Amino acid sequence: MSLRHGLTGFIVRRLLLGLVTLWITSVMIFAATQALPGDAARSILGRSATPESLAELRRQLGLDKSVVTQYWEWISGVFTGDLGTSLANSLPVTEVLGERLVYTLFLMFIAGLISVPIGIALGAISARKRDSAFDQTTSVATLGLAALPEFVVGITLAVIFSTTVFHILPSVIVTEPGSRPWEYPKELVLPVITLIIAVVPYTARIMRASTVEILESDFVEMARLKGLAERRVLWRHAVPNALAPTFQVTALNLAYLAGGIVVVEAVFNYPGIGLLLVESVRARDMPTVQAIALLIAALYVILNLLADVATILVSPRLRTSLG
Amino acid sequence: MTDVAVTDAVRIDLAEKQIRPWRLLLSTAWAQHRTKIGIGITLLLVGLAVFGRLVAPYSPDQGVEGQLPFAPPSSDAWLGTDNLGRDVLSRFLHGGLSVLLLSGLSTAFGMSLGVTIGLVAAYSPGRLDDLLMRTMDVFLSLPQIVFALVLAATVGPKLWLLVLAVGFTTMPRAARVTRGAAVEVVQRDFVRAAEAIGVPRRKILLSEVLPNISSPLIVETTLRMSFNVAVVAGLSFLGFGLQPPAADWGLMINENQNGLTLQPWPVLLPVIAIALLTIGTSLIGDGISRAAIGIERGRTGGE
Amino acid sequence: MSTPAAALEVVDLRVEIDYGDREDIVDEITFGVAAGEVLGLVGESGSGKTTVGLAVLGHTRRGACIARGEVRIEGRDILMLPPLERQRLRGRLVSYVPQDPASALNPAMRIGTQLDETLSEHGFGSTDQERRGRILEALDEVLLPTEETFLKRYPHQLSGGQQQRVALAMAFANRPRVIVLDEPTTGLDVTTQAHVLETVRDLCEAHGVAAVYVSHDLAVVATLAGRVAVMYGGRLVEVGPTGTLFRQAGHPYTRRLIEAIPELSGVHALVGIPGTAPRPGHRPAGCFFAPRCAYAEEPCSASQPSLESVASEHVVRCFRHAFVLGDAAAARPTAVPRPEIEVEDALVAVRGVCAAYGVRQVLFDVDLTVRPRECLALVGESGSGKTTLARCVGGLHEDFTGTIAYRGRSLASGSRSRDTDTRREIQYVFQSPYNSLNPRKTIGQIIAQPLNLFFGSGSTDSRRRATEALERVQLSSTVLNRYPHQLSGGERQRVAIARALVAEPQLLVCDEVTSALDVSVQAAIVEVLAELQRELHIGLLFVTHNLALIRTIAQEVAVMSEGCIVERGLVDDVLDAPQADYTKRLLSDTPSLEAAIAASS
Repeated sequence: MSLRHGLTGFIVRRLLLGLVTLWITSVMIFAATQALPGDAARSILGRSATPESLAELRRQLGLDKSVVTQYWEWISGVFTGDLGTSLANSLPVTEVLGERLVYTLFLMFIAGLISVPIGIALGAISARKRDSAFDQTTSVATLGLAALPEFVVGITLAVIFSTTVFHILPSVIVTEPGSRPWEYPKELVLPVITLIIAVVPYTARIMRASTVEILESDFVEMARLKGLAERRVLWRHAVPNALAPTFQVTALNLAYLAGGIVVVEAVFNYPGIGLLLVESVRARDMPTVQAIALLIAALYVILNLLADVATILVSPRLRTSLG
Repeated sequence: MTDVAVTDAVRIDLAEKQIRPWRLLLSTAWAQHRTKIGIGITLLLVGLAVFGRLVAPYSPDQGVEGQLPFAPPSSDAWLGTDNLGRDVLSRFLHGGLSVLLLSGLSTAFGMSLGVTIGLVAAYSPGRLDDLLMRTMDVFLSLPQIVFALVLAATVGPKLWLLVLAVGFTTMPRAARVTRGAAVEVVQRDFVRAAEAIGVPRRKILLSEVLPNISSPLIVETTLRMSFNVAVVAGLSFLGFGLQPPAADWGLMINENQNGLTLQPWPVLLPVIAIALLTIGTSLIGDGISRAAIGIERGRTGGE
Repeated sequence: MSTPAAALEVVDLRVEIDYGDREDIVDEITFGVAAGEVLGLVGESGSGKTTVGLAVLGHTRRGACIARGEVRIEGRDILMLPPLERQRLRGRLVSYVPQDPASALNPAMRIGTQLDETLSEHGFGSTDQERRGRILEALDEVLLPTEETFLKRYPHQLSGGQQQRVALAMAFANRPRVIVLDEPTTGLDVTTQAHVLETVRDLCEAHGVAAVYVSHDLAVVATLAGRVAVMYGGRLVEVGPTGTLFRQAGHPYTRRLIEAIPELSGVHALVGIPGTAPRPGHRPAGCFFAPRCAYAEEPCSASQPSLESVASEHVVRCFRHAFVLGDAAAARPTAVPRPEIEVEDALVAVRGVCAAYGVRQVLFDVDLTVRPRECLALVGESGSGKTTLARCVGGLHEDFTGTIAYRGRSLASGSRSRDTDTRREIQYVFQSPYNSLNPRKTIGQIIAQPLNLFFGSGSTDSRRRATEALERVQLSSTVLNRYPHQLSGGERQRVAIARALVAEPQLLVCDEVTSALDVSVQAAIVEVLAELQRELHIGLLFVTHNLALIRTIAQEVAVMSEGCIVERGLVDDVLDAPQADYTKRLLSDTPSLEAAIAASS
């Protein structure tokens, strides 16, 4: 069938484009970490370093080779699953990352699972009850909350629920090696709420705007003038057309979460890749920093790819034009 | 064919207005409570950050005599002391300027780059447009704070680097908004009219296109400012902004987070200030954006 | 005033703005429509005709509300019904055909589903088969294919005419008693329009449906409607049988409106109406038309007239109707003769031009000649390539082959590659004045741009030139400090023409310059252009889709279809004895007010 063929073709094209984006990002990350003017080895070891130790570290970092060779070794390592050796603890980066990644993905999953539906529902209801007290209140609340930095929200929550006002929830998480995030439900509450507060207002505002646009469209008015029940107008006419923007919004926000986790994990000392990134930057652990940055970029590219494919699937106009 | 101009944001009758578009935008924005509140809050915070140091009771670097670290509020130190026994109020009054300057600079830097790229892309033939915007997309694949951290890993916590990193990550977002708005303007016939009589390209962009996208750009600037305050303060909070013993809101939170149970003020004060600053700027942006939508609808529906 | 068998009666309807001073959008609307009858509801933009159309369904646009009045359908006032019941009547008892079906059909839903829900939601038929049968029947009625594959299509896969027919099928599906058609043929070409109009008339007649046909196009209404209601400033100013109303109108506005309509014969002069229609909240104390009315006297500006019956089924809202009716319609001014063409060398010679947008070729080997001081009308339907040709001449479309010569010299394709003198001498006026004036510049700045570019910026001289150009288009120099949004559409188009005039052009390319304007304004703009040609000896390339306009302004005409010129010649020759089949069809399908009036007498 030509439709499927066209769709496959589209996905392949988008996938290639995503790979190109990732590739350029990898060059950028590499350039930023390895090829920037300045001596990484010296800045890691400090002024008092001996020439021997500097040379040793340079060899370890591969700084004695040409930039192109360095990049080639790094990127081919990425494809074979070898992300290098962490400078902080001499373990393979993949090993260090693995456990941390589970923590982060679990946190993002829970936060996304709660915040995306809430954001979408809040936005849709606001649009539906436009100009009502509910809409006005939501508008002001989401505007204010959307502006707040994650660490402001996180610390405020910590002040209220765990340190100063109440003492009902732990504000930091202390984990045992080899444990899994779901073993700490109480410790998860505050980080999850922080992420939800960071994402919901944003989602709700975009969702409201796109729903209002659809509710104002001619075909929704026509559906009303055809005498359709309001429920049918909403569910059969408005909602299907609101799906495409919803997917885009969701992808955008999950990607946004990826930035948010860095600060949130630092606030709550949550052992995910965000905190690991902060620690690695402090320790000048380049291989780990590069790996985490690439991972976050990959997450962004994949989310956008998924959103684009989903958009095509729910938009007959786009779908048929591909056939 | 709309018979009347009706909008949920602002209701204005344009036929009566004999004023310049700029004044109209600002006065319509000002007519809304949220803009007034936003401007009030922002001015208060900016005033605090710029002039606060003049009324600070102590030098920000010196400990208060006879006070231990994390001392509660007293008559000597009205809001207590921090982790090194320094006066919280004084450090707070000194610590806003860096946040404000750094985020202001990076916003200005990023916006001017982004607006230029967005304008050029919108007015360029498909291929160059594509190339420019795809390049911007690559920059988008890393969250602002991650990009800044990657740079900090190599070069260390330098202030110029911070401005550069935050500015560079502001650029693709500004470029997208600019291009999005400008693409519609570029297609309109008054641009064709200018082309037909041979007005130079640069002049078309500056005098025909740019004034017509000024409202979304002002809104974007306030929004970016609000975000950049968060990023700059966030980086300081993570320890990659100003370095001790500097007085800086983000750094204050970082240094005193462990003493939260003993002495919440050195954390709470900057947290509240940053929250108000971001909320204030985004309220202004929202007010202007509502005003712009209202004027646009009044204009298209009014004829 | 309405016949006893009226299927639809609207009594003293008032719709107001739902905030602030609650100004009325329309008020004192009273009319009736009998079963099987088509009432034409005409008015210019802002007259409130769409508002009335929607109110017939008990609906208002967001921000408006029905404040008073009755809408009786078969004797039952639907405004008194609870909202839920009123909603159930829509689409069943009273249905609606939208202006723009491309945006009114749900892009994410198949045609079949959209038709089916219209039936199933109103409980039509108990089984799928029964409904399917009715859907196929409805499609057949509007002359659409009755195939399953057609039902499976999405709206964007249909042509504009097909989309409008789907909307018609939807409206007629439940066999309503009343149907409101809101300018349903606006976006269609004349041939499709003629067919759609025929379908509408046949269906209304066959099924005894009372139709309200909302339109700004008097010619269309004259061919379709048995009775016409004219709206002005949110009031009905005149209601009467089509023939009577167009031959012997009792309201000065109706008369002026008719005089403003271009006619194929070109016997009468085209006369616009000075001034602009008042918007809600800005209406004068007395008769709304008084400030623009030649018949107005003292009482007209003091109090509002009410609808008075002047003959059977003919009502007029005017204090001076007796006097107006006494004035013979024949008193219309006849057309000013157009200047003869003097045979001269070509000003512009288009030879073998082919043009494309990307891979799609839109012009095929086009030849065209515009002589100095001549007006050449380039006529064609949308998509015929006429605008592309005009853009090639104006230097706005670069992707063409062949030659365009100006005064014997071959022109470069883009305006940027042309020299300053050529750019100055060929000026372009765009279709929509809402789009062609920078909203962020004052009129003074807009007109100064070509002045500075072509003549340098000596300020007193510039000001004099600007003022002169504005006077030429009958605007006062007080507009110099204004912004475009403070002017009406007609005034804006005059500014656009003035901007072209300050360059002292030899050729003015006018691309559909009146199609975004109301007819009363169109007439005035055409008059201005004709005068420029007569007095300043400027050559005109007048691009239009409206055949009726060309006799008034042009000496020669070229008819375009699908990227080719199918006929060329003197206007009188082409209009009186068309040679090409396409021209013949275009002429016969163009709705004509004269023909309709002649047929009705």
